[in-house]
Amino acid sequence: MIKDISLARKQTRVIDPAKNLHQRQLKQRIAFALIWLAGIIAITALLFIVGYMVSNGFKVINLEFLTTRPAGGVSGKGGISTTIVTTIYLVLLTITIAAPLGIGTAVFMVEYTTEYAGKKNLVGYLINLIRTSVEILAGVPSIIFGLFGFAVFVSYMKLKFSLLSAGLSGACLVLPLIIRTTEEALLTVPKSYREGSLALGTTKWQMIFGVVLPSALPGIITGIVLSVGRVIAETAVFWVTLGGSYRLPKNLLSSGRTMALHVYMLASETTAFDKALGTSAILIVIIILLNLAINISSKQFSKKFSGK
Amino acid sequence: MIDNNHVIPQTKIRVENFNLFYGKFQALDKITIDIPSNQITAIIGPSGCGKSTFIRSFNRMNELIPSVRTEGKIILDSKDIFEIDPVELRKQVGMVFQRPNPFPKTIFENIAFGPRAHGIRDHRILEEIVEKSLRQAALWDEVKDTLNKSGLALSGGQQQRLCIARALAVEPEVILMDEPASALDPIATLKIEELIEQLKEKYTIVIVTHNMQQAARASDFTLFFNMAESRAGYLVESGKTTDIFTNPKNELTEQYISGRFG
Amino acid sequence: MARELFERKIKQIQDEILLLGSMVEQATLDSVTSFKDRDIQTAKALIEDDQNINDKRFAIENAILILLATQQPLAHDLRLLAAMLLVANELERMGDYAKGIANNTIRLGISDLPIPYRDIEKMGELAVSMLHRSLSAFISEDISQALAIPHEDDEVDALFNKCYRTIVNGMIANPATIDDASLLLWVVHNLERLADRVVNICERTVFIKSGEMMEMDGSEDEVEG
Repeated sequence: MIKDISLARKQTRVIDPAKNLHQRQLKQRIAFALIWLAGIIAITALLFIVGYMVSNGFKVINLEFLTTRPAGGVSGKGGISTTIVTTIYLVLLTITIAAPLGIGTAVFMVEYTTEYAGKKNLVGYLINLIRTSVEILAGVPSIIFGLFGFAVFVSYMKLKFSLLSAGLSGACLVLPLIIRTTEEALLTVPKSYREGSLALGTTKWQMIFGVVLPSALPGIITGIVLSVGRVIAETAVFWVTLGGSYRLPKNLLSSGRTMALHVYMLASETTAFDKALGTSAILIVIIILLNLAINISSKQFSKKFSGK
Repeated sequence: MIDNNHVIPQTKIRVENFNLFYGKFQALDKITIDIPSNQITAIIGPSGCGKSTFIRSFNRMNELIPSVRTEGKIILDSKDIFEIDPVELRKQVGMVFQRPNPFPKTIFENIAFGPRAHGIRDHRILEEIVEKSLRQAALWDEVKDTLNKSGLALSGGQQQRLCIARALAVEPEVILMDEPASALDPIATLKIEELIEQLKEKYTIVIVTHNMQQAARASDFTLFFNMAESRAGYLVESGKTTDIFTNPKNELTEQYISGRFG
Repeated sequence: MARELFERKIKQIQDEILLLGSMVEQATLDSVTSFKDRDIQTAKALIEDDQNINDKRFAIENAILILLATQQPLAHDLRLLAAMLLVANELERMGDYAKGIANNTIRLGISDLPIPYRDIEKMGELAVSMLHRSLSAFISEDISQALAIPHEDDEVDALFNKCYRTIVNGMIANPATIDDASLLLWVVHNLERLADRVVNICERTVFIKSGEMMEMDGSEDEVEG
């Protein structure tokens, strides 16, 4: 007993409370300083890139640049009008294909198969397979989607370099993203909503369509907008599936050129580096606007339904 | 003693030798009881005694858990509920949950959701149903000007009354309430109890509660559940609330309601 | 064991009831003795002391109300507290009977009326003995005692009838003594009523234990004095 007390005293003597506090505060200051430094470096790099693009790119941007189509050739003459339209077409096509598939898959995985997940039976095996595939696909470099699209859609299905080939390949590219964000959004819908709906005597489908999907909508929309950004920014996949025609696509089987692709081509095959920068600047602005749109829309949603 | 219940109430739900298992674990053990029509039946008992599991059997909500298996009968009016389609059953047997769970929709849409799911499309009829349900749930006066606001903007007590209105909108015959006031403040709790008392005129109400005073205040009949050593819930005693709370027959009931265990 | 504080408080109130009971017993015995001895001094003191009994009763009532409000007792606890509320009231009324006897001692003064002292004393002793045992039965919730004690009320009633006859016969023989003799009637009546109220305590004891409200024998319907 006495031994214990003397031992305890010794220990308290070793730890001087004031000094200890000082040390702990010092550690905290150093850690905070490092975190700040990291943040500042990242933001500076980012601002530098955006600043460089915008300051150099905006020189070439005017109404004519936006409304005339590229002239082709090594000089890089002309504007970017057809590439803007092609980008919009491709985004719409890709999302039209990918969103229903992705959302459907996520709904299937979350709502219809929870009881099978992790179980050793056919459905459980299938779910695990889908989940693993989605995770692998999300980490695969985009050029591999491009090669797959080229092999399957362009060559094997003979869709050629076309909007359709690109849209299908693009859909493969963004599918994992949509599935994962939708799955996460569905998982955050409280169990109480599901029970509340079923307790009213609704069918499971009425529950999903009437309560679960609307509640998960902000998350799903975020996933879709992220996918839009991904399609806008992608070059590798479309390089090998969309072809590169600077003309306006006439139908789904026409070749075309998105803005990002145009930037790549301007930079690598022409002397008009300033126009590449100009197009990039517009791309960056669009991406920034898209991000703002996500923020605003998700805030609007939560505002509307939290009632504040 | 003054006794207002000279007429023996009719049985709405008859439970016969009902067992429920979660996988190998038996959660309810041979429950046999008649739930009277147009009365408030309270179920009390210590945590884990299967009260919630028991009332969730009445609308087959337990079946959402894959490993659940049941034995015995639960007869609603004259039909075995296990022979009714659960969707149809849940229209007849509504439920209000422990935490208010309005959907992230407007007040109007929260209530119209059920009737719409059952095929009512006419907006005028839906409006009537919404108003009637809100009036029955004693919420109409508070929300009649804000029907297009989110249900989540209401206070906790109002949200719970909204959930009651939502359950009423599909015109059930039985309303199950799983600790409906446990997340509410005392005033909101009393309002809910007041409301339940009014609702029994048209509905048969079964309420699970942790709060003994609430069971004593707000119910006509009381069932006391306890947990056996095997952790299976069983019915210890049932009877008129006034009898159970002043003069229980079973020693366990006595100890539980006078706060000596549980 | 949950609710230890609550049980301790119930125990305290039970002790207070026993204390009130012994105050009433003492007051009853003293009132009978002072009546017999024509001890006006003691009689006056008894009348003043009745205030203590009243105060104690209010204190008990208050303590019970506080427990009802703060502990929300149910079942046995609820019956016990409700019964104690009634028993405290019964005891206070018994105290009033003793006070009534003391009043009559003073009013009777030194009248030379023939008085059946022996029987009155016997009545007093019997009633107090019943009260004492009924309170122990009440506290220990002894149903067999509670069921047995009311039968002794017959003995008290018999003594009452005997005294009544004696006093009325005296009135008839000597009408001039009617005023004083009617005071005597009140004294025996009070003792008889006290025994009736003991029966009420026994009824409450049965109620606590079994929840049953039963009417026991006892000449309940007589007018109070």
